[in-house]
Amino acid sequence: MRRVLLNLSGLVTLVIAVFPVYWMVLTAFKPTKDILSETPAFWPAHPTFEHFHTAVTTAGFWQFWRNSLTVTVSAVLLALVVAMLAAFAVARLTWRGRRAFTLLVFIAQMAPWEALLVSIFIISRDTGMLDKLSMLSLIYFMSTLPFTIVTLRGFLAAIPADLEEAALMDGCSRVSAFRRVVFPLLAPGLMATSLFGFITAWNEFAFANALIIKNQADRTLPVWLSSFGNVYGTDWGATMAASTLFMLPVLLVFLILQRRVATGMVAGAVKG
Amino acid sequence: MPIRRRRLEPGRMSGFWPYLLIAPTVLGAAYLLVYPVVRTVVISLQHFRIGELIRGGARFVGLENYQEILGDAEFWGVVRRTIAWTVINVVLIMVLSTAVALMIAKLGKRMRLAVMSALVLTWATPIIAATTIFQWLFQSQLGVVNWLLTTVGLDGFRGYTWFANGNATFTILVILVVWQSVPFAALTLYAGLTTVPGELYEAARIDGATARQQFTSITFPVLRTLFGLITSLEVIWVFKCFAQIWAISRGGPDGATTTLPVYAFQVAQSLHKYDLGAAVSTLTVLILIAILYVHLRQVER
Repeated sequence: MRRVLLNLSGLVTLVIAVFPVYWMVLTAFKPTKDILSETPAFWPAHPTFEHFHTAVTTAGFWQFWRNSLTVTVSAVLLALVVAMLAAFAVARLTWRGRRAFTLLVFIAQMAPWEALLVSIFIISRDTGMLDKLSMLSLIYFMSTLPFTIVTLRGFLAAIPADLEEAALMDGCSRVSAFRRVVFPLLAPGLMATSLFGFITAWNEFAFANALIIKNQADRTLPVWLSSFGNVYGTDWGATMAASTLFMLPVLLVFLILQRRVATGMVAGAVKG
Repeated sequence: MPIRRRRLEPGRMSGFWPYLLIAPTVLGAAYLLVYPVVRTVVISLQHFRIGELIRGGARFVGLENYQEILGDAEFWGVVRRTIAWTVINVVLIMVLSTAVALMIAKLGKRMRLAVMSALVLTWATPIIAATTIFQWLFQSQLGVVNWLLTTVGLDGFRGYTWFANGNATFTILVILVVWQSVPFAALTLYAGLTTVPGELYEAARIDGATARQQFTSITFPVLRTLFGLITSLEVIWVFKCFAQIWAISRGGPDGATTTLPVYAFQVAQSLHKYDLGAAVSTLTVLILIAILYVHLRQVER
């Protein structure tokens, strides 16, 4: 009896967790006639790609997709490069101010970005960065940077310094020791960290909404999707198809991350 | 080569290299984090409206903006709503995720994997995808929620327009935020649960402790720090939550879902009172710090 109750509660949790996403995908594949019916169907009886077609042929869809991708990828790459330098300094070198720097990075992780919307809007306007995707890139770069430094530092600390010393002994320069010995070992860490940065930047809404105002073609996917009412009216099939396409990259990233979340990330964040 | 070897010896200063390596980080943070924080405080002390935005030359007015905000009954209404919003969400998140974590620990292997995968799926759903889905779920004519409620006999929900009613919209936002937040908290708590030594429970069972006693005298004390940490994170996330609210209701209808971050943005962006918006932002952060301080004091005890 207890077993049954337990499994039942497990099932309820599962349904509540999955249902909204299932409903999104289901609606995206339903013919409009079924979406408009009084009694909703819970199974795709006549799946159709009609709504996906509507979504991807909407004016600007690929433009917004490209904008999101550009902003996200440039932010992540910039954060990786900058964080790697800082993480190396923190994990491998001895210098005055190292502890203070590490502490400040931890604090910066908790920066209240939402409270900076107003001042960053004004700063962007004053410096001619309003309506510029590069400004968004910079903000996403900065908001993922502290986390990236912290995790990369953890991954670096997990790589024995002896390996590098051995390379130095063999006559490698500092840079080539890093490139040939540390970098390959660090690759999984870089991968996991950058995917987390990717998700953060891909999803960001508040700044994309506040800073891209006049030039509507420069919007990113989340902002465009949030205004679906103006785009599709009451076409819920197309709206759900667009949401599905927006979620797809994140889902892929999560699938790739699956193992690393359990092992790499914990090791990276805890050690050191 | 002995000279090179010495560079990696612990305790020896590495010269100017480290400072060069952290320079990009420091420069980025100075321009994109420290400067905006300072600028927020400065603007909150100035008269900064649409005219100053275009022409520049804002003048300092001392604490006038703060006086105006603190003397405004609307602001205190927003503060009360934000605190209610935070308490309701965080309590629901913590209770539900504790229940889910305890449940996962007791489930069989296959069911456990299924539930955990489902939670990861929820966790992976982008905020704006989720807000769009919830608007569809709660749609008045074709929404599946109204259909379900009507089918089980609650006929008052036939064609009910959730987003026209303040409390209904508030409720949907709570459901949305709780739905999005439980996976992280539950999975982290579950990971914590697996670290509690099994012997403790065995000993407790031999002594005849009930499930509730096992939780209050073993699980909770052992995981106290983890509970405290997750609660703090949830308080921060819920308190400064902006995207969900803005995407679904923009703080409406009639301000029923206007919390502090939404209010600051409205005042600045819609009313062009950047000075008051900056003051509200500053107060938001101060209130959040105060809440976290009190909370952390309690966890420490």
